[in-house]
Amino acid sequence: MSYEIKLEVFQGPLDLLLYLIKKNEIDIYDIPIALITRQYLEHLDKLRSLNLDLAGEYLLLAATLIHIKSKMLLPAEEEPETEEEDDPRQELVEQLLAYQTYKEAYLKIAQLPVLDKDVFKRGNFPQEEPGRKEEEKIEANLFDLIEAFQRILSSWDQAEIMEIDREKINLAEKMNEILSSLEVKDGLSLEELLEGAKTRRRLVYTFLALLELMKQRIIKAYQNVSFGPIRVYLSVA
Amino acid sequence: MDDLRGIIEALIFASDHPLPAEKIGELLPEATGPQIKEALGQLVEQYRSRAGGLVLSHVAGGYQLRTKEELAPWIVRLKSGKPPSLSTAALETLAIIAYRQPIVKGDIERLRGVDVSAPLKGLLEKKLVRIMGRKDVPGRPIIYGTTRRFLEVFGLKDLSDLPSQRELKDLGI
Repeated sequence: MSYEIKLEVFQGPLDLLLYLIKKNEIDIYDIPIALITRQYLEHLDKLRSLNLDLAGEYLLLAATLIHIKSKMLLPAEEEPETEEEDDPRQELVEQLLAYQTYKEAYLKIAQLPVLDKDVFKRGNFPQEEPGRKEEEKIEANLFDLIEAFQRILSSWDQAEIMEIDREKINLAEKMNEILSSLEVKDGLSLEELLEGAKTRRRLVYTFLALLELMKQRIIKAYQNVSFGPIRVYLSVA
Repeated sequence: MDDLRGIIEALIFASDHPLPAEKIGELLPEATGPQIKEALGQLVEQYRSRAGGLVLSHVAGGYQLRTKEELAPWIVRLKSGKPPSLSTAALETLAIIAYRQPIVKGDIERLRGVDVSAPLKGLLEKKLVRIMGRKDVPGRPIIYGTTRRFLEVFGLKDLSDLPSQRELKDLGI
């Protein structure tokens, strides 16, 4: 039985590496690569024992560290004129320095007073936004959408009349149609969007257009509760 | 103009967004630019010296009346819901974009060493970051930059108002 004391939450492999360098009070320009590599791998093991999914990025840096270590073990090739450039750690050091700089910048930004949290302007209360922020919205997934679509389809018990004169429905047109109606109204329910479709074919096309727009991340679908009504919004104005 | 200061104060109060000095100039053709600048300076100073609950901030290229930072605990009681918050990942991503814009996603990831899809999406949704266009290289990656809203939310006059901007420049990053 081992006791895990405290594991810092790292923002990524560079963050972990920077932490190790600080902890060991190491000169960033002269990293003892064997020591750091060992500690880095130990930390990865700890993270793994916590059943955290180890992202590929952490492993990538581990591989980079080992690569650098092996390079440093090899005798230098006989090219004395490029001695300065030859340190295999250089690229990593540059990356670390850049990351460290931005970490400091981020800490400064994090200290700034934030509007609607630390400072407030006149009367812009979030609850004034009608109905949208009242409940935490759940992002609807594909299955919610398909289920809702099937519900609508099945409520559509009207017998299909065979049409010979097939109208041409264009997916791009349908997508634009949805977008322009979303520009007028901020958020539409799935039912509202499919309302205008009079035939099963139109219904299907509207739905396909909806899926395509979601795939391209132009629109987003949300619901307030699981199995609740789905509403569609433009994702970036 | 007898009461230029009063008029400007009222305009700022009535405006929904930070009100730029140029806009005030357009609204008040009777006054000259330097007069407006002077009145604005006096107003800012007035709010600072007066022991009230408001400050006149110069943010996002304009002027806005805001509550004092130390009064937040009381204002929060007035408001329902939890205040907006950004995750560390989102803030780090935002910081990189703020200092390095215009920047493509790949470069942000190189700096952070991790995937930034999720925080980037959140920042776009919160309208703190916007798509500025596409870079003319293979794959045509999207270029990101911060928005006016970003300046407003973090109380910055403009991008040069970002903290430690100079130190970052010195490092040549």
